[in-house]
Parts: sequence; C-alpha cells; structure tokens
Amino acid sequence: MDWVDWSVMVVRVVLVFFVLLIAVLLYIWMERKVIADMQTRVGPMRAGPRGMLVTLADGIKLFFKEGITPTNADRPVYLIAPILAMFPGFLAFCTIPFGEPVELFGRVVPFQITDLNIGILWVLAMTSIGVYGVVLAGWSSGSNYPLLGSVRSSAQMISYEVGMGLALVAVIMWSGHLSMSEIVAQQSGNFALHWHDATLFAVPAWNIFPQFPAFVVFFICALAETNRPPFDLAEAESELVAGFHTEYSGIKFAMFFLGEYVSTVTIAAVGVTLFLGGWHGPWFDGPLSWVGPLLWFLLKITAVIYVMILVRATLPRMRYDRLMQFGWKVLIPFGLLWVMVTGLVVVIPQEYGNQGKFLMFAVMCGTLALALLLAPLFSRGGARSRKEVGA
Amino acid sequence: MTDDRDPRERGGVWDSTVAIAKGMGTVFKQTFRPDNTEQYPKEIAPIPERSHIGRHRLNKHEDGLEKCIGCELCAYACPADAIWVEGADNDPEAPTSPGERYAKDYQINYLRCIMCGLCVEACPTRALTLTSYFEMGFTSREEAIWTKEQLLTPPPELGTDPVDREG
Repeated sequence: MDWVDWSVMVVRVVLVFFVLLIAVLLYIWMERKVIADMQTRVGPMRAGPRGMLVTLADGIKLFFKEGITPTNADRPVYLIAPILAMFPGFLAFCTIPFGEPVELFGRVVPFQITDLNIGILWVLAMTSIGVYGVVLAGWSSGSNYPLLGSVRSSAQMISYEVGMGLALVAVIMWSGHLSMSEIVAQQSGNFALHWHDATLFAVPAWNIFPQFPAFVVFFICALAETNRPPFDLAEAESELVAGFHTEYSGIKFAMFFLGEYVSTVTIAAVGVTLFLGGWHGPWFDGPLSWVGPLLWFLLKITAVIYVMILVRATLPRMRYDRLMQFGWKVLIPFGLLWVMVTGLVVVIPQEYGNQGKFLMFAVMCGTLALALLLAPLFSRGGARSRKEVGA
Repeated sequence: MTDDRDPRERGGVWDSTVAIAKGMGTVFKQTFRPDNTEQYPKEIAPIPERSHIGRHRLNKHEDGLEKCIGCELCAYACPADAIWVEGADNDPEAPTSPGERYAKDYQINYLRCIMCGLCVEACPTRALTLTSYFEMGFTSREEAIWTKEQLLTPPPELGTDPVDREG
C-alpha cells in the first residue's frame, strides 16, 4: 500500500462516517413522517423543508443542554457507556459493500471500507459490543430504574443474538462465504426457469428466496437486537422511565439515541447485503455505472427500514416473558432446524453429485416429517395442561 | 371438534401471521387518509358561532351606557378569586350606567381565571359575557391582568394578536 491507497482509504472512511450520520438524521425524520402519516398526523414540518432538519435541530438542542452526572454514578464507566453504545453501529458498517468496485486512477476502488474475509463475524461482534453500552449505562448510573432497564434489555439482546446468529449461519452455509462482498457477488444473476429458449419465470438470485425462513428469523431478531418496537422493552416509556438511559442527559443521551438509529440502519444494511442482493439491481452501463448500485443499495435499505417502521406502527409491545419465550422456544429451535435443512441441501449434492437429488428430496421430506413430529413439543400446550390441572 | 380454548390462546402460527399481516395492511392504508391536523397559527378553522371559549367582555347598552352596575356578584361567584370590582355612585349629570351604581374599576386576572363561566351566570344584568377569543398570550404578570378598558373593547379577529403570531 502506498500513499494513494492510504488516502483513498481515509477518504472512504470519512465519507462513510458522514454519509451514515446524515442518513441517520434523514431516517429519523422519515420514521417520524411515515409514522405520522399512518396516524393521520403531519409530523415534524417546521425545521427545514417539510421538517427535514428536525433531527439536526434536536441534536443541536441536546448538544447545548446541561449534562447532569448523578452523584452516585460510577464516573468513568458512566462516560464510556454512551460511546460504547454509539460506535459499534458505525464500526459494523465497515464490512458492508455499498456499491460496485470502480476503477479510479488505474486502481480498483471498492465501495466498501474494508473487505474482511470474516465480514459477518465482524458484524456480529460489533452488535454484541453494543450490548455493553446498555449494560454499563444501567450499571453505572447508580439508580434502580436504569439498572432494571439495562438488565431487561441486555437479556433480550443476548437472547436474540443467538437467533440472529443461527439465521446468519444458514446464509453463510448457503452462500459458502463469510466475506460480505463474496456473499453479494454470489447473489448476482437470476433464478430462472427456462423451457427451451423461453424464460418462463425469473427472480433475482437473492438469498431471500431460498433462505426465506432465515430472513424471517433474521428480521425479527434484528428488531429485537436494535431495541425497536415491538421489542423496545428496554425503554418502554409507559413502564420504565426511559430504561437504561434514564440518568443521561444532553449530549450523552444524544449519543445513545444516535447509536440506536445507527445500528438500525446498519442492521438494515446487513439484511440487504445478506438477503436482498446487496447493491445488485438493473442499471445501464456507461460513465455513471457506479451510481446505480449505490441507489439500489439505498433504496433497499429504505424499504427495509420502512417495513420496520410499519411494524412499529402496527404491533403493541411484547410482554417480557413472552419475548423470552418467543426467542428461546420458537426462534432458536426454528433457526436450528433451518440450519440443519440448509446443511442437508448444501452438503448432499456435494457428496453425492446429481444422483443425490433423490436422496436430498427424501431427506428433506424426512426432516419435514421430523419437524412436524417435534413441533407440538414447542407449542404452548396451555389449554390441555390447564384442563388436566383442573383449573 | 370445537375449539374451547381461551380466545387469547387460540390460533396457531398461521393465524397469527395472517392477523399481523392484516393489521399491517390496515396501518398501511391509513397512510393515504387525509391528515386531521389543523395548521392552527397559519390557518384558523372557523369557531362555532355559539361557542364561548375565550375571554370575557363587558357589554354596553345601545345608548352607550355600561350594563355593569358594580354589584360585585361576579367577584363573589368566582371560585378562583380572579375578579376585582370596585363600585361607586353614578354622577347624576353624566351617568356611566343606568341606575345608582357603576363599576369604577373592574379587573380580571387571567393568571387566576379558570374560564368556568360562573361569573357570567351570576351577573344580573348580562353585563359580563364570554367571547370566543382565546389568543391571550402575555409576557408579564402585569399584562395578565386585564383592565376595565380592555374588557370593554370587543375582541379582534382571531389571528391578529401580535403576541400569538409565530416568531
């Protein structure tokens, strides 16, 4: 690496950082606008055109507010917690490819900060570090409500991380890569059904089609992981004061807020990369060929976030025990089962070649039968057992 | 076989999924409904004609004499002790109101007033009524106390008070 590579790298990092910040501001605005539309309100509309600058105004307000540190707070930890909550979201974005590599000054410049060969693991690691911010914030505040909130939310985030990991394992096995750019490359092209020369049916070769169950698990876990409704128990306004950041004010609170939304955008980007084909999309060739992938990537992220907002507007908050039950007794067993099925589908053709297809079909039927057989074990079985007890 | 489970326990994964999808569809449809929000300071929706939601007004007879006779019944009726009335004898040559007495001073403190309307009910001469003018922003305690002269003037159009305009 010479100085050109280094400077390109620095430019990329700075650019991604600021674009991500601006994107977060706009996505918060979008969330408020969309949810207002769904509730037949108009939402923010004073700061900037159609209220676009409202988040900036909020940020400036929070920046100039007094930051109060509680007397009982454990000072160093209290100061580190918001930073720990904010940066993992940015860091996780490092491995996400957001466009097609372009040739610039005779060098290939990838639209990605760094293409780690263990990209997915990096994302998982960073989202796990986000939990520390929450835990430490609650612990160091020296107050009971934040502690309750942080215990709740750390339990939730850790539980759902398992489910998310399982969903990702299925994708990794399917695509055969851990690197994000390889996974995106693997999703190029179409799944098409040909009959002689005519194409009967074609869908983009996105992982969401073969891996739809994994996508469902991933999406639910992503909501829980980023503390978004209906899994926003950590800061349930109507039950806890504000959860783990009750004792935070001013810029430190703003960092929690920012961190939460950055990780939402990042998790949406991860979902897009792993399941929705990343930056792939139809576009014309030419000097501006690099714009298309960027726009497609943005469009897909926006779509995913729109669905997240729709879920927030629709579903009521889950009860804590139901949340845990759903995570451990439904998502994780289902994720395990899906990993098993994916494994069979991937391994059998490798081991037995084309003759294995019949075997594969048989094994899949067997797995399905096994799943149906085991499924009652995971049902609540509430009514029957209650009747036996005689209640 | 009838499903005799508790309604909350009923329904499997499929039913729940359908229910959630339906709910999300309903919420999505709301996006296209017109907003209910009124753009208050920019556009002021007409107020019902018979509403009395705003400040008080002291009325006059058609010949220009004040209706208020300084009886202080409004001040007695006021649960918030917001009204101050000081009665005095009319000058027979130039009476302020018909009859013996008139209100020399009349003040309403809008920091205390709770807009209950009991004063209006107590008034024997219909001198005191409520209007539908509610833009009574003020910037000091002194401004919150309305004098007799202010109360005698009819309310302006809504949306013309400089204090309540957007900055």
